[in-house]
Amino acid sequence: MDFNQNHFELFGLPATFAIDADRLDQAYRDIQAKIHPDRFAHAGDAEKRLSMQWTTRINEAYQTLRKPFERARYLLLLRGIDAMAAGNTHMPADFLMRQMTWREALADANGDTPALTTLERELRDHARELQQELADRIDQRQDWPAAAETLRKLRFMEKLLEEIDDALAAIE
Amino acid sequence: MALLQISEPGLSTAPHQHRLAVGIDLGTTNSLVASVRNGVAVVLNDAAGHGLLPSVVRYQRDGDVEVGHGALARAAEDPHNTIVSVKRFMGRGIKDIPDAATMPYQFVDAPGMVRLRTIAGEKSPVEVSAEILKQLKARAEAALGGELVGAVITVPAYFDDAQRQATKDAARLAGLNVLRLLNEPTAAAIAYGLDNAAEGIYAVYDLGGGTFDISILKLTRGVFEVLATNGDSALGGDDFDRRVYCWLLEQSLLHTVGDHDKAMLMAKAREAKEHLTDHPEARVTAVLATGQLIDLVLTEAKFNELTASLVNKTLAPCRKALRDAGLDAAEVKGVVMVGGSTRVPRIQAAVGEFFGQTPLTNLDPDKVVALGAATQANVLAGNKAGDDWLLLDVVPLSLGLETMGGLTEKIIPRNATIPTARAQEFTTFKDGQTAMSIHVVQGERELVSDCRSLARFELRGIPPMVAGAARVRVTFQVDADGLLSVSARETGTGIEASIAVKPSYGLGDDEVARMLRDSYAHAQDDMTARNLAEARVDGQRLVEATEAALAENGDSLLDADERAALDKLVAALKTALTDGDLTVIKRASDALNQGTVEFAARRMNLSVKKALAGHRLDELEI
Repeated sequence: MDFNQNHFELFGLPATFAIDADRLDQAYRDIQAKIHPDRFAHAGDAEKRLSMQWTTRINEAYQTLRKPFERARYLLLLRGIDAMAAGNTHMPADFLMRQMTWREALADANGDTPALTTLERELRDHARELQQELADRIDQRQDWPAAAETLRKLRFMEKLLEEIDDALAAIE
Repeated sequence: MALLQISEPGLSTAPHQHRLAVGIDLGTTNSLVASVRNGVAVVLNDAAGHGLLPSVVRYQRDGDVEVGHGALARAAEDPHNTIVSVKRFMGRGIKDIPDAATMPYQFVDAPGMVRLRTIAGEKSPVEVSAEILKQLKARAEAALGGELVGAVITVPAYFDDAQRQATKDAARLAGLNVLRLLNEPTAAAIAYGLDNAAEGIYAVYDLGGGTFDISILKLTRGVFEVLATNGDSALGGDDFDRRVYCWLLEQSLLHTVGDHDKAMLMAKAREAKEHLTDHPEARVTAVLATGQLIDLVLTEAKFNELTASLVNKTLAPCRKALRDAGLDAAEVKGVVMVGGSTRVPRIQAAVGEFFGQTPLTNLDPDKVVALGAATQANVLAGNKAGDDWLLLDVVPLSLGLETMGGLTEKIIPRNATIPTARAQEFTTFKDGQTAMSIHVVQGERELVSDCRSLARFELRGIPPMVAGAARVRVTFQVDADGLLSVSARETGTGIEASIAVKPSYGLGDDEVARMLRDSYAHAQDDMTARNLAEARVDGQRLVEATEAALAENGDSLLDADERAALDKLVAALKTALTDGDLTVIKRASDALNQGTVEFAARRMNLSVKKALAGHRLDELEI
């Protein structure tokens, strides 16, 4: 085990987009059970420090692999592709059009919980489709540029979902 | 007489004494201390048999400090010098205390944290809290018959960094070794979950005297994973009392009353609230300083009407926490009620309605937090292997930085599992800019002015470059206590600036040292003796930890030379502990700490490997 291992290696998982979530959860918990700072509260300073560094590392890896967007982005980074780099902004026109429609719907639904919830469901469905596309482009076709484009679309969706979340929270 | 201690069967393999550790619930209204005795967590009572210690501190002219029931009894008589609910002022500035006008204290605006003027001088809330902790420490040491190795201190889950740091400072000031700051709902979940072998999603609704928390936890085979937490660190039973108090004034056609009457009527309001827990109405009678008689009847219906908006104020955070956890109320398997204020029938009804089930009240809501904290303290002190359970807690509020235009850039999102670290790069705004001001904030709002300011520091000596060319990497690290430290580095030149986020609001190390000195004003010797005692305890702990580690893995992970070198360092520290002075002990401890770095790294790697071994087998079976 060393800090140079990638997140997948850390949990003993294959580096694929499709992931066995139960196995990830279990590996995460089993490692935490061994290295968490609560296990070293009575230890020497060296072990305390290492325990915090390791747990921090494990938490970061787990949070990255657990979320589909972060996981895909990370897989591309492992291939040397930064899909979110400032220069990588190309988006197909039809997707941009859809974006605008959704944004208008979000603005119209301001303060309207049922409308926001309906929109949220629609966006989540679309986000799920994009995740399937990612699985196909990364795991099956290994078409990295195409995967990067899907990932950027997914990023748009996540941002919109965050905004819906904020709008719903603001109603409270 | 101190009782002989017998350890739990089959637990400690290392031949060490049972280490005395406690859990302390430092509450707004009441505080408690608990410890695991004979394998069971129990609340430790004072000599008079009281478990709850009222969190009330009274300063007297002769310098004496009275804490607890005695102080509470004098609150109405001596309101300026009797500090009630000091927890509300921890890590808070004067502008953060909106209801200051209804309190009988003389507040002093001080940078970062408000102070209180008393007959014994200006007191920081940290000092006041330390008096409560000292009392509990003395009680525990008397009950357990020895010096404490350490304490787990609980804090509301929704406490921000300033409030957490203030709590830790108070513990240090009271001479306690803080094993961990533990979130109150999480502590309650341990006590509840371990008792009931619970599995699934649980909500902990914790309404204390001055704070409200809601935590959503997932319990799976001994893992207590906090999925989301929310709350209001300025909402609690006190507010219910204040509503009743205002009603009393209104009914008596009074606008204001003197400070004595204020304290007396607040106490009456509280009694009325408590009476309504199992009676349909409460009668309030009082004679004011003016001779005016108050004689009113408060019905449960009227009380519910007065406090309806407060009850509703607790439900919004419940909704938010569920959203953050990505769950519906229907997915929650049980709702655990914590905090004395959850005895209010209307609250139980409202929570039951919200979650669609009857809340669980089978554990004493006043004691459950302290009991959970004691259970965890027992593990952290090394008395129990603790393989049975694991706590994974979170950051309650996002942590970020101020960027151009007074906007917040979040670095660590709320509900991130701790410990956690995140780094982000920033750049200069102007050509030739050689310094960068870093403003650390906490909160969910977009504007910095709506968030809590935690600290400001400057990174200087950036080489002059065109705007946007410099690369400044800012790293946030949150430790297992939920406390933040921040460092910044210009990556081209490696210029570093780093702070543990506290000097701007909390107490710097210097200030804690000064307070400690003050409290030992007449005895410099005490201070020296205390430092020596602390170094001895730390050194002894290090010897024990290292010997246990060597016994476990010394042969497999070290070659003969490495082993010999470590044995020598251990022996040197042991010698220092028997006859060395402070400097000698510290030097020997540092040397051993340094010497074990590589061994510790190998042990950690082995642990991770072992943890994964099971999964590799699973793979083979597939």
